[in-house]
Parts: sequence; C-alpha cells; structure tokens
Amino acid sequence: MSDPTMSRGDAPGANQPDADVAIEEPAAASPEQGAAAEDAVATASGPGGGGEVPPPSKWLTMLNQIATGNAIISVLAVLLALIVGAIMIAFTDEGVQETIGYFFARPGDTFAAIWDSVAGAYSALFQGSIYNFRRDTFLAGIRPLTETLTFATPLIAGGLGVALTFRVGMFNIGGRGQMLIAASVAGWIAFGFDLPWGVHMLVALLGGIVGGALWAGIAGVLKARTGAHEVILTIMLNYVAFYLVSWMLRTPGLLQAPGSSNPKTPAMKETAVFPYLLGPQYNLHFGFVLAVLATVLVWWILSRSSLGFKFRAVGINPNAARVAGINVKGMYVYAFLISGALLGLAGVSQVLGTVTSGFTAGIDAGIGFDAITVALLGRSTPWGTFAAGILFGAFKAGGFSMQAAEGVPIEIVLVVQSLIVLFIAAPPLVRTIFGLPDPEGRKKRTRKNVTKEAKAQ
Amino acid sequence: MSTTADQRPIAPQPVALDTTVVTSWKAPIAFGIFTLLLLALAAFAPQPGDTTYRLSLPNDVIQLPELTVPAMPALWTVVVLLAGATAYSAFLVRSKRRVPLWLVVVYAILFMFGFLTWAGAGASLPMIGLLFGSLSLAVPLIFGSLAGVIGERAGVVNIAIEGQLLAGAFTAAVVASVTDQPLLGLVAAMVAGMLVGMVLAAFSIKYFVDQVIVGVVLNVLVVGLTSFFYSQVLAPNAATLNTPPRFDRLPIPVLSEIPIIGPVLFRQTLVVYLMYIAVALVWFGLFKTRWGLRVRAVGEHPQAADTVGINVNRTRFWNVALAGSIAGLGGTFFTIGSGIAFNREMTAGAGFIALAAVIFGQWDPIKATLAALLFGFASNLQNTLSVIGSPVPSEFMLMLPYVVTIFAVAGFVGKSRAPAADGKPYIKS
Repeated sequence: MSDPTMSRGDAPGANQPDADVAIEEPAAASPEQGAAAEDAVATASGPGGGGEVPPPSKWLTMLNQIATGNAIISVLAVLLALIVGAIMIAFTDEGVQETIGYFFARPGDTFAAIWDSVAGAYSALFQGSIYNFRRDTFLAGIRPLTETLTFATPLIAGGLGVALTFRVGMFNIGGRGQMLIAASVAGWIAFGFDLPWGVHMLVALLGGIVGGALWAGIAGVLKARTGAHEVILTIMLNYVAFYLVSWMLRTPGLLQAPGSSNPKTPAMKETAVFPYLLGPQYNLHFGFVLAVLATVLVWWILSRSSLGFKFRAVGINPNAARVAGINVKGMYVYAFLISGALLGLAGVSQVLGTVTSGFTAGIDAGIGFDAITVALLGRSTPWGTFAAGILFGAFKAGGFSMQAAEGVPIEIVLVVQSLIVLFIAAPPLVRTIFGLPDPEGRKKRTRKNVTKEAKAQ
Repeated sequence: MSTTADQRPIAPQPVALDTTVVTSWKAPIAFGIFTLLLLALAAFAPQPGDTTYRLSLPNDVIQLPELTVPAMPALWTVVVLLAGATAYSAFLVRSKRRVPLWLVVVYAILFMFGFLTWAGAGASLPMIGLLFGSLSLAVPLIFGSLAGVIGERAGVVNIAIEGQLLAGAFTAAVVASVTDQPLLGLVAAMVAGMLVGMVLAAFSIKYFVDQVIVGVVLNVLVVGLTSFFYSQVLAPNAATLNTPPRFDRLPIPVLSEIPIIGPVLFRQTLVVYLMYIAVALVWFGLFKTRWGLRVRAVGEHPQAADTVGINVNRTRFWNVALAGSIAGLGGTFFTIGSGIAFNREMTAGAGFIALAAVIFGQWDPIKATLAALLFGFASNLQNTLSVIGSPVPSEFMLMLPYVVTIFAVAGFVGKSRAPAADGKPYIKS
C-alpha cells in the first residue's frame, strides 16, 4: 500500500538518485531557512568575519549586523507594506480623486487630500488597535489594546500550529478545516451537555483540541503512509470539513439550533464559556492565557524536549534524521497531531471566547489562512509567532475601526499582511529597495581575500 | 514524462521485468469500496419508481426518445456488473498485470449511471442540461489546470491559480464594462493573470522563496486587492465599472445539430471554444514541440537542461507567466463568460479544484482536462439533484471532488508522480 514511488516526489523514503537529494534540500528546508538563518547570522557574523583582515570597529560591526540582520528586514517589510497600503488608500479616496482633477492648478490640494486620507486611515488603525485618545479615561482608552489581544488569541494559537509544521519541513494549510472541526466538537459539547462550571469548559476545550488534532492527523497519517503531499491533502481536507460542518449545521439534531431553520448553532452554555480576564467591559477572555501557555509549550517542545529535537532534525534533513534512527514518518504524524491541536485551540477560542452566541460555517473567519502568514512573519519561532500574532491582531482590530471611521474597506489589511510576508520572504528585494548592504556580498569579499592569500603563499 | 514512466515496464532486460511491473492492489480495493457503496444504497435505501433520461432539448432538429429505466432492477444490474469489474481487476492484479485505463473509465461510467438511476428515481433527468452545465462549470477548472500543468512541468508549483483566476475575473469585468468590448476584457484578463504569474515566478525563481509560500500569499494578496477595489471603487460605480457585457453563444452550424454532443459541446461561447483550442495546443506543445521538450527537461532535470544550454530560470519564468495568462483567461468565465458582475472572492476555490485536477490528471493536459470535467460534473450533478429533490445532501456531492482528490494523491486511484524537480528552485552552482 505504501509504495514510495507512488508518492508525489518528495517523500523522504523515496529512493532517489543522490543528485536529486542535493537539489531537494534547499526546498525541503526552506521554511526553516528563516529561522535557521537568524541563528546563523547571529553566530557566524561574529567569529566568521575575521580572518587576516583587521577587525572592524565594534560600532561598525554592530551597524552592519543591524543593517543586514533579519530584525531590520522585518521592520522595513512592515514599513513597505504600509506604504503600499497608503498608496492604495490615497488613490481610491474620493477627496484625492476630486482634487487630482485640477492637480496642475493647485497641487497643494491634492497633497493635502492624500495626507488627509492616509493619515486619517492610519490614525484610525492605531486608535482602533492600541489606544483611543478620544476617550476620557485611561481604562476606556486602552480598550482597543485588549481588542487587539482578543483578535490575536486565535492567530497566535493557529500560527504556532503552522509554525510547528514548518519546523518539521511541512506545510499545514488545513487550518480552516481543523478549526471548523474543533469548533464543531467544542461547540457541540458546550451547548449540548449540562456539566458543572469549569468542568464543562475543560471538557469542551479538550474535545475541540482532540477534534482538530485528529482532523490534522488524517493528513499526517496519509503523508506518512502513502507519501501524499500534505499541501494538497490539507487544502482538500479544508473543503471536506467545510461541507461536512455546513451539512451538520443545517441538519436538525446535529449542530442546528432547535426550532430554527438557519444554519447556525444555539448559544454556548454559560458554564462552558471562557471567563473574561479583565471584567465584562473588555472582550479579552481566558483564551489569551491559553495562547500564552501554548506559546510556552511549543517553545518547550521545540527547544527543550527530545521530540522537538527530532522534529527539527527531520525538518532540516529528513534523510540524515532517518539515518540517525529517527522515525521520520512518526514525526510527520506527531507534528500534524500537535499542529492540529493548536489550530483546534484557535477554533475553540473562537466559539467559547469570541463568538459565544452560536456559530455558522464561517466561524474560522479566515484565521486558518492568516495563521500561515503569522507563522511566516514569526519566522516559525514560538515567540516570533506570538509577536506576529499580536501585530496581525492589531491590524484586524484596527482594520474594523478604520472601516467604520474612515470607510476604508477592511480588505486593505489582507493586502498589507500578504505584502509583509512577501517582502519578508525575499530579503534581497527589501535590501535592494532600501539600498542596504548584503551579508552574502560581505562573505564573498572575505572569501576572495582568502583565496588571494592562498595563491600568494 | 508520463510516457517514459509507462514505458518503463517494457525495459530491454528481461531480468528487470519482474521487478518493474507495478502491480498494485489499489485499483481493485477502490473498485471494491465503490461497489460496496452502491450495494449499500441498493440494499438499505431502495428507491421505488422509474428514472427517465431526457436526451434532447425541445427545439432540437433531431429528437431522441426519452430513456426510461426501472430504478431498482437497473441498480442491481449495475451492482452485479461492477462486482464483475472488481473481480476482473483483482484477477488482473493477481496475475501480475496492470488494470487498464478503459476498465477504470467503464467502471466510472457504470457507477455514475447506477448512482444517477438511484438518485433520480421517480423523476426525469435532463441529460443535456446536466452535461452542458458540467462543461460550463469545468471551463475555469480546465484553464486553471492547464496553467497548473505548464507551471509544474516547468518545475514551479502554482498554488496561485486561484489568485490568477480571480485577477482575471476582476480585470475582465472592469475592462469589458468600461470599453463595452468583451474581447478587450479577455485580453486584459490574460495580462492580469500573467502579472500574477510573473510575481510568482520572480519571487520563486529570482529570490528562491518557497513556491508554496509565494502561491498561498499571492492568493491572499489578490483576494485582498480585488475585494478592496470592489468595495472601494466598483460597488459605488457599479453602472460604469461593473456591468460586464457577456459573450454571445455561437452555435457552430452543422456540428451543433448532432444529437447530445451538439447542444453540449458546440452551442457554447467563445471562451469555451478557446478552451478546446487551448487544451489541444498545450497537449501538442508539451509533447510534440521543442518548446515542450524544453519545459519538461527544465522540470524534470534542470541540471541536465542547463548542461545542454537551456536557460533554466528564463524558461521557467516565461512559462509560469504563460501559465498565468491561461489561468487569467479562465477567470473570464466568471464574469464576461457568464455575464455576471464581479463580486468578492467569486472564484470560491475553483483554483484549488484546478490544482486537484492537475494532480488527479497526473500532470498531463488531457487527463487533467478529463479530471476537471469530472469535477465539473460532480458540482453540476449537485445542482441538478437539488432541483429534482435527491436523497443525498448537496454538501456531500460538493465534497466529492475533494474526497476523490485525497484518494488520488494518497495513491488509492492510479499512480501520481510529479515532475522530478517540481517545486525546487534551480540554483546554478
């Protein structure tokens, strides 16, 4: 049944000629590259740059490291994406379109209109996501920040799930399906059973997490057993889950609210709903604590446990890992189970925390796909993903208030987010745009010196 | 390179012959599962009444009589025939022979006939409408899968088909509305799809970004861009910017009067005729021309191609761009192809089904087209069945293409093998 030649090519068990393996490595490890490169830059640029060349001054090295490091690329990528967003906002703004008609007569009007539209939109974004200056008290003004954290909760959990599979050299694009299944299981437990406070929540939470893990596990098992490509499997499982949940939502006796004809569940019972963290005036719920705990757990798994060591070994070089005695196929399954559990947590926090009044098949709200961009932006590290999740949470929270206040469609957030990821994935592009030095170029130059010296001897 | 894969068993060395014949139990097992499914329907959910197949439209020149079959006897006959086919395939595999493609096709047709007879019991099925709709729904899938085939044959995984379709649909709607010329919309859609393809190519070939990542992100980017411009620009000015004219139907004089085939295949719009041409051209180009040989060489073994002087990355870039323009052309179906205004995310995952068709069709343009037709049939069957009131929930019919694809990639149905260097950037050393 599990003939490796039937696979879609890059199953690690496939007997391929050596030349192929050599080309394959950069592709297989590329999601890893970001994270690995970060470490590499940190360690290599210290002692590696030396040689016979007189050591440059400390400040220069530091400047160089900052300019060529990944942190600056991330910041510049965000900046670039925001600039593109600003251009889009400006050119679709009605005021700008009016004034541009007489641009050559009074160009100042156009610039003023551009400034108005962009500044208005981005200040609404800021006030909707961090601090609202129009409120009188600090407690009311800080509410947007708690909204940001609420939006960030499922993004962090989901992003961690995707990041984990990246570290094992795989993609989990099935976040949507895993969230839907997890949300259905958790929701079904939360509205269909009567259990004491606390226990009910825990059972629903666990049920959802197990549901998500099992749904992702299908992809993991199929990949491990048959070598099928996980990208295709997870995309297809998304649609299967979507139609399955849609069917359950409109079938009385399964998930549909009794006495209703809408494809929607009844409200979650009070005993199962996540408690508010800061009182009922803020939407921030217990799910955020779970997201923080999940971050710590993923950090512990990846950098402190033997399972995480095996994960990373498989991610960097599955063939070497197999030779070293690691059960590569088992790692695929475990990685998908844990990843599905984390995306399941994202789904559960949606139904038990954010939308407790009953859910539809749109409960995932695109978080399964946003999680991929979060994980990419976070360079697949747990705390990086955490930070990226909060950034995207801020974009989401701010995007809604931007739409309400300035009439800028929320889709601009999608554009900005995807541009950020595109720019971050291609550091040379960002370096070219901003004219930054290239770390590769520096290495090449030192290598040239070394060969020259070797010839001289 | 599926041709070489097929030829491998006929290797010159007789010793190697024993080991290279792929005898897989997957086909008999899959046959068995589907036979049991139909058996379960016949045994546990019998449907009384007759099923009528309507084979002609009212105003056709040549009228075919309606075909009426008693549902349950027909279903049982089909189950017996399917069991026979399963046993035959098991016999073939036992005697170390391959299960031929024709057996799979016959099995599939019999299965569909049995299922339709069961689901349509007590009603009459408009076969022309069913097939016509299937072809229409398959049009974007076929264009998308052609784009996927070219891209992947050249070694670039094109997850961004969805984005290219959407970009094509959007541009076609806007340009055609403004100029009132559907043909200009068609050209604009091709350019838009090509631009998305070029971004994919630039990032994956020049900057070595993982192709799947770029594809996924491009999809999000195009959804964001088109939805943004839709809400901000198109929706307030719908009359001038988003009322695309539609292509007229062009019946081909003689061919369109052939019973069954004529109304289905030859009373279509320009987009559909372009699709026929595109399928033929891509097949011919890939397997019979120098261009195709180069594309396949670059996708299978870029180092070898480089050694003989083919510029690997340039070949990849322009073919991904070409693939993008084909997908963009497919996107026109959603707007000017059917005369519908553009709406947010109106492609609704067609790009991903096209991707599934690529894999299901084993990276071959003809087989991918057949797979896309199958998926189109499945979604249109759901429409038809919900009209006549079928016992199967529509969600399960909609789920079918995806489940079939999972089976296909997991290797339960036939063999799927990607081009060897698919998805791997070529870094010249």
